[in-house]
Amino acid sequence: MSATGATTATASRPGRPRRGIGPRTETTLRIVAPVAVGLIVLGIWQFLVSVVGVSDYLLPSPASIVEELVAYWPSVVSATLLTGTNALIGLIIGSILGILLAALASRWRPVDQMSAPVVASLAVIPIVALAPVLNSMFGADSQFGRQAIAALASFVPVFINTLRGFRQTAPVHRELMKAYAATPGQVLRTLTLPTARPFILTGIRIASSLAVISALVAEYFGGPRGGLGGLISTSAASSAYARAWAYVVASIVLGLLFYLVTLGLERMLQRHAPQARRSP
Amino acid sequence: MSETVTQVAAVEARGVDKVFETRSGQVQALDSIDLTVAAGEFVSLIGPSGCGKSTLMRLVADLDEPTGGTVAVFGKSAKQARLDQEYGIAFQSAGLLPWRTVAANVALPLELHGVASATRSSRVAELLEMVGLSDFADRYPDQLSGGMQQRVAIARSLAEQPRLLLMDEPFGALDEMTREKMQYDLVRISAETGAAVVFVTHSIPEAVFLSDRVVVMSPRPGRIREIVPMRLGADARRAERTEELREERAFFDMVTAVREALHGGSPVGAGPRGVETR
Repeated sequence: MSATGATTATASRPGRPRRGIGPRTETTLRIVAPVAVGLIVLGIWQFLVSVVGVSDYLLPSPASIVEELVAYWPSVVSATLLTGTNALIGLIIGSILGILLAALASRWRPVDQMSAPVVASLAVIPIVALAPVLNSMFGADSQFGRQAIAALASFVPVFINTLRGFRQTAPVHRELMKAYAATPGQVLRTLTLPTARPFILTGIRIASSLAVISALVAEYFGGPRGGLGGLISTSAASSAYARAWAYVVASIVLGLLFYLVTLGLERMLQRHAPQARRSP
Repeated sequence: MSETVTQVAAVEARGVDKVFETRSGQVQALDSIDLTVAAGEFVSLIGPSGCGKSTLMRLVADLDEPTGGTVAVFGKSAKQARLDQEYGIAFQSAGLLPWRTVAANVALPLELHGVASATRSSRVAELLEMVGLSDFADRYPDQLSGGMQQRVAIARSLAEQPRLLLMDEPFGALDEMTREKMQYDLVRISAETGAAVVFVTHSIPEAVFLSDRVVVMSPRPGRIREIVPMRLGADARRAERTEELREERAFFDMVTAVREALHGGSPVGAGPRGVETR
């Protein structure tokens, strides 16, 4: 039990224990391995630029990217905050809409059938393609278009996962609730939502990366300046490649941050329901 | 079924039919069932699979509706009885909510019906004491054995002191040792609370040990073949059912009587008497 706990805490899925490696060694390996890969890649990169002589135009060296990152630090921070805020607002609104609509769809079949084509088309249409349209709709000085795009992008995985989660309630639990003459609200609160919780959280985790990507890419299509996406495109357009890369690094960090926070949230809320997914 | 009922019967089924619509046509699950369960009486439903014993219990619980006939629970319609929470129910699988602790699982019906928090926790403590799980109140269901989970489910079914307990093979998944222990506990608990019990099982010794009357059913269509009264004792003596009872001659006679009823009245020849037919 304690061994399982240790491995779960270090991001492995339960039920896949590796034999022959102690949990501590595994943890160390899990951290050391990716760091080593990163360092090796950076080393080769720097080597290609400074020794082999790949032009700065083609590939700026890691050192010059770090230089730009330091030089433009205040701008990097404000850009990250701006894009991050757009992504966060989009993620929250998209998730709330996704959960609400999934709740309606699971409750009333007509809503399900009406929402299915809408969600399918949302999933298929590249949502950032809406950016120019939304920008002209809401004006060039509004962040609303980007937030709307992030919300739309977040909505799809949250909706799909939540709807699936809402359908996981075990027949024995539903009958128990019926035997208790529980009201629909009570069933939702005590049975449906807790059952769906792991699915909802997974949906939000997937959506978190999409929200950042969408909020960022939406900035490529005009609108107010100052976000990471806008700065990447203007830096690249003015041949400041190292600076463009510096903003790319910041976007990667932002995306990771969103992912890790939602992952942490998932872990935290899941701790007391280790077997929620297993049907009785 | 000509017995006179002095007080209102716990369950009264009259001419109950149940037809299921399946892809391959209609299936007659129950055919003109008449059954009365008196208040405080322990009645087992036994029969081969497909005889409709679980269906009958589900009709009493208003989890399904009869196609024909009426089911009354304490003189009310089954639906009204369900809305009024006249019965407690336990299924074959414990059906505990995995994200709730043992105590919170037992408290669930109390919580749903707005029992105050203080009353709730004292009642839960009392119930866990009754099923011998006081030390496990803060555990989660997946940390308990199957037998313990089932005991939690039974504590939950007793939470609101129902006058009627409906149990659908609650010990079906347990090993023999645990099963006998649970049967003994159930006899004790039902005697203590004075609740009527409708108990679905496919174990003859279990039915004999527990019941005041055993209802033997036959399949396709589900009918009551025979109702075997158990001479092992009426309500007053139920508490005296101890482990020794299982070794008494009367016990084996009753087992044989139920077996013969199950086999359509013909004497069961081969095998020593009292051998389990499960």
